[in-house]
Amino acid sequence: MTHALDVAGLCVSLGGREVLHEVSFALEPGAFCGLIGANGSGKTTLLRSILGFTAPSAGRVALAGVAGYVPQKLQLDPDMPVRAGDFVELGLNGHRFGFPFPSRARRAKVEAMLAAVGAEAFAGQRIGELSGGQQQRVLIAHALIRQPKLLLLDEPLANLDLRASAEIIALLKRVAAQGVTVLLSAHDMNPLLSAMDRIVYLAKGRAASGRTQEVVRTEVLSALYGYHIDVIRVHDRIIVVAGEGGAHGGKHVAAIP
Amino acid sequence: MTLLQPGFLSSLPVQNALLIGAGAALLSGAAGVFTVLRGQSFAGHTLADVSSAGGALAYLLGISPLAGFFGLAVLGALGVEAAGERRAAGRDLAAGIVLGAGMGITALLLYLDVTLKGHGGAAVAVMFGALFAAPPGLGRAVALGALAGLAGLGLIYRPLLLATLDGELARADGVNTKLLGGAYLLLLALAVTLCAMAVGAILSTALLIGPAAAALRLARGPVAAMALAGLLGLGCAWGGIWLAYQSYGWTPGHVWPVSFFITALVLAVYAAAALARRG
Ligand SMILES: Nc1ncnc2c1ncn2[C@@H]1O[C@H](COP(=O)(O)OP(=O)(O)O)[C@@H](O)[C@H]1O
Ligand SMILES: [Mg+2]
Repeated sequence: MTHALDVAGLCVSLGGREVLHEVSFALEPGAFCGLIGANGSGKTTLLRSILGFTAPSAGRVALAGVAGYVPQKLQLDPDMPVRAGDFVELGLNGHRFGFPFPSRARRAKVEAMLAAVGAEAFAGQRIGELSGGQQQRVLIAHALIRQPKLLLLDEPLANLDLRASAEIIALLKRVAAQGVTVLLSAHDMNPLLSAMDRIVYLAKGRAASGRTQEVVRTEVLSALYGYHIDVIRVHDRIIVVAGEGGAHGGKHVAAIP
Repeated sequence: MTLLQPGFLSSLPVQNALLIGAGAALLSGAAGVFTVLRGQSFAGHTLADVSSAGGALAYLLGISPLAGFFGLAVLGALGVEAAGERRAAGRDLAAGIVLGAGMGITALLLYLDVTLKGHGGAAVAVMFGALFAAPPGLGRAVALGALAGLAGLGLIYRPLLLATLDGELARADGVNTKLLGGAYLLLLALAVTLCAMAVGAILSTALLIGPAAAALRLARGPVAAMALAGLLGLGCAWGGIWLAYQSYGWTPGHVWPVSFFITALVLAVYAAAALARRG
């Protein structure tokens, strides 16, 4: 099977410092992959390299088709007079020249996409007035309407409460189930452990990747964090306990069902 | 004292002025919406100030003021673009430095206008406008420039809107944001040039920003904002021209500066829009 995304030996330097060192991983069509790492670990840099915004110093990135992108947050003037539905429409034709005369077919596509992400209710509101979760839905619709093979999201859960997070994860799981490869970054793996089937874990410029169950193991995580991590199986769940210099000061707990 | 001056519409300088005002208002209203949304008011003002050097040069060489103003505004746009700065703070800095250099050259050229050519009124005309004294063919040239500018703006409208919303997102969607930014800056140079024809280089920012900012407070979509900004600007320009014409009767023998009336109306429109939004 051809990969939807193939990253091989990717090295990226920014401001004279190597931020990513020989990062390699590949994702199959329909994979739901979490790109996990602490703040500053290079998640945004990796996504920008995949999009071609940042040139690597070594290695390569191969995409099977169009990549859709969801930036972390739009830096919006609240006065920006663009409605959510019109913003989704720009996903379809925003790169085209010429004045956009209204088209019924285009409008129908937009309505269908708004419905697919559950954004019909606020399609007429200005995008700057939406809540974090609503804005994420609209951004996802903007990216998906171009029918990408790969959807890249930069910390889509960062500004969301628990419930909105769970809703966005469920939406993205549906998207992946339809064959779109989803790669989303997060600094906290906790909310994603039950949803992602693949994980790319970044720390100190290096990556570990694989099926979630393979990566979330004591040896792998301890090596990446640089201190001891316990992965404990309790009943049918996995608990990750990270403590600086040992298991004493438990700092981080996450669970896999 | 006559309250209403006769012959407003039949006066040739008035017709010329109305055409210049209309072209400047319609293009700068539409382009100004993006200037406001992209936070480029200062860049716009810089281009206007730099264009004044071209206005002064036009007096010196005896060429069309439109060509002089536009030529220098384009040079200013290239200067700002060459700085290649993406951060807002750095962009302001680059614009400020270009502005300073441009105004210095303006000072020299205006001095030469007076000393070499005896154009004593050049400074006031370049900086604050002299709409009723505009050359007869200027109205038509400004109208054509405005039409070309509006066509250009219509051409890049969608990518420009997307890039204004989020530059990275636009890039991911396949927009060449660098080229687009340059094209927009050229349109901005044209818009401020036309404004400078109407109200002078220094005051052109008022016509560029004021109606657009007012329209953004009232309109529901970007196209509506562009149209409304153009119409508000048109109202201010024509209203200002009419008031200036009437002022001949208030202080017999003297016409008050048109630019004063236009910018006063722009301020009033902006204040009214701000109040309407709050209320
Ligand atoms: N333009 C840049 N120039 C120099 N260093 C950068 C630049 N952008 C990011 N970095 C550095 O690269 C590292 C990774 O950043 P980033 O990819 O944004 O991390 P993350 O998204 O995981 O928080 C950080 O240490 C950051 O300081
Ligand atoms: Mg980041």
